[in-house]
Amino acid sequence: MEVTPLHIAFAAFSVLTLGGGFGVVTSRNLIHAALFLIVALFGVAGYLVLLEAPFLAAVQVLVYIGAIAVVVIFAVMLTRSVAGTNQVTHTNQWLLAVITAIALLVMLGFVLLNQFGTVDAPLGAVPEDSVELLGRQLVSPNAFVLPFEVASVLLLAALIGAVVVARE
Amino acid sequence: MIPLNWYLLVSAALFCTGLFGVLARRNAIAVLMSIELMLNAVNINLVAFWRYLTPGSLSGQAFAVFVFAVAAAEAAVGLALILSIYRNRQTVIAEDVDLMKW
Amino acid sequence: MLEFLRDIFTGINGALDVLLSEALNLPPAAVLGIQNLLGVMVVSGFGLVLVIFTIWIERKVAGRMQDRFGPNRVGPYGLFQSVADALKMISKETITPDGADVVVYNIAPLLAVIAVLAIWAVVPFARTAIGTDLSIGALYFVAVSGLGTLAVIMAGWSSNNKYALLGAFRAVAQLISYEVPLILMLLVPVLLAGSMRMNEIVQAQSIWFVVMAPIPALVFFISNQAETGRTPFDLLEAESEIVAGYHVEYSGMMFGMFMLSEFLHSFTISALVATLFFGGWRGPGAASIPTLGFVYFMAKTFLIYFVTMWVRFTVPRIRIDQLMAFNWKFLVPVSLATMVVIPLVDKIAREIRIGGAPIYTVPDLATLQNMTALESIRVSLPRAGVLLVTNLVLGLVVFAILAQAARRQREAFEAGLEAEPAAAGAGD
Repeated sequence: MEVTPLHIAFAAFSVLTLGGGFGVVTSRNLIHAALFLIVALFGVAGYLVLLEAPFLAAVQVLVYIGAIAVVVIFAVMLTRSVAGTNQVTHTNQWLLAVITAIALLVMLGFVLLNQFGTVDAPLGAVPEDSVELLGRQLVSPNAFVLPFEVASVLLLAALIGAVVVARE
Repeated sequence: MIPLNWYLLVSAALFCTGLFGVLARRNAIAVLMSIELMLNAVNINLVAFWRYLTPGSLSGQAFAVFVFAVAAAEAAVGLALILSIYRNRQTVIAEDVDLMKW
Repeated sequence: MLEFLRDIFTGINGALDVLLSEALNLPPAAVLGIQNLLGVMVVSGFGLVLVIFTIWIERKVAGRMQDRFGPNRVGPYGLFQSVADALKMISKETITPDGADVVVYNIAPLLAVIAVLAIWAVVPFARTAIGTDLSIGALYFVAVSGLGTLAVIMAGWSSNNKYALLGAFRAVAQLISYEVPLILMLLVPVLLAGSMRMNEIVQAQSIWFVVMAPIPALVFFISNQAETGRTPFDLLEAESEIVAGYHVEYSGMMFGMFMLSEFLHSFTISALVATLFFGGWRGPGAASIPTLGFVYFMAKTFLIYFVTMWVRFTVPRIRIDQLMAFNWKFLVPVSLATMVVIPLVDKIAREIRIGGAPIYTVPDLATLQNMTALESIRVSLPRAGVLLVTNLVLGLVVFAILAQAARRQREAFEAGLEAEPAAAGAGD
């Protein structure tokens, strides 16, 4: 198996994503966990670029890193406990959680490798104007216009709900 | 070329890491961050399937856009709730908010 | 030689290609890698070197507008003043405050500079010179400038200083609030050009978009001033406000990086406004002579930067609550209204038929490029007229609403003034 720049990029983004994810779940300091989350989100954006979905990669950076990560960091800063950061970060059942996670990983890996083990290369090329096609699909009556409108109502509800819940 | 199952394995690994975080962390904000990890893993999965199996029709990308919207809404409301709980109970440890236990 | 001068960018690229692949016999992947690396260095070096020139211009213009000379001692006309400042800043000691989070503290200034330099990758300098022609160029710009907010929070929190944290909170509130009208108004050129590629947006501007959509241009400009922290929105870093804000604990070159990122951001924004609304590298003869296109682009950018500086040295600073009210009560409704009205009018006007033919059709870019300049202007003229009238009507409506609100406020104020002497008289 020859090592192309694609493989090097894939390896780099894997390190970023999985390392960042590991840092989120094991970090003692909550702000460090938030920063590890940002690293992991960057890695996912890199994957989306590798998978030739540049629009989604830009939306990932814009929405997740530029908005959600900022809100998470704000929440962490506003709810810092006065007792200091020496608290226990994991529950008593953390060993059971590890076993569950690893069991799920093994099951998923088994199923995925059995079903999709033969797909070695993409089965086609991405259309040239994929962004325009995506836009058309989101508003076309035969495709995703209903979920689109429902998502708008959901975002409106979330906006109003967040403001009402977080008010004094 | 990169085989499809590499992407799927990475996505599964990220999902399980997020799952461990949800089950094992005490701080509610850390639980929310782990949920974001799980949603991102789902996104990678969706886009990988789209790219490798059906690159002509953009349903995979449209689905991923909806996952973005739902994740953003859920993060906003979840953090507002956590802030409200912090104001009332002075704690964000998920185990300590157990008023309804007997 | 003349051919090389006509299209410097392709000439240099071709020479590099020949050098790497034939003279040094490298494999094509390595050639591509080295070309890309050199391209990155040239684009970022261009930005960074230009900042030194930009700071000098800013101080000279500031001086002249305030009826004094700017710096004029260090070098002819004070040209080396910024170099002297940079040397001074490098030679200062960088102090890390006690209790600061060292990793985050050091990364924050770097992230601030990265968030601005990365925008230069999609700025079209000429027809054949752009860092990388992404299919999502406009969206990439917004996504990358969102990273700047992160740098502000990291700087404010890691300084272990309550004033820095408060300053960072206010700065982030300002930055994320003004992203909303920014993104909405960025969509208007994308809509008018039908593509998010920067080069295609420039090529679709046979009539500049500032003529077709002046209100979006104005709102985009104002939101960008707030995003970069220029006066009148420079609460973030003014020395008299909250002890200089989120970078109070930084010294030496790290503070220099924050200053660098701010000036570079301001210049980058001018370049983007020129690209999106003022035609970028377009001008007489620029389509066939790319080097001339580069000259036009730099001229337009510097002109807009001059307007930025002009506003800075004329208008006083506004308070944080006035800032927020201005955004959420004025800019966001105006941008939402514009976003709804302009595409609606555009679509309706394309459907109305007078004598069997529509008022105007929008030719796609391939046909637009094959027309001569005058022909393409003639084709886009009806559309420009319709949209300009729409914008003017929208502006009049906004002014009418503002005038009504101002009248109501004035009447309430005068009623309050009249009630006071009456109350004082009754109390006697």
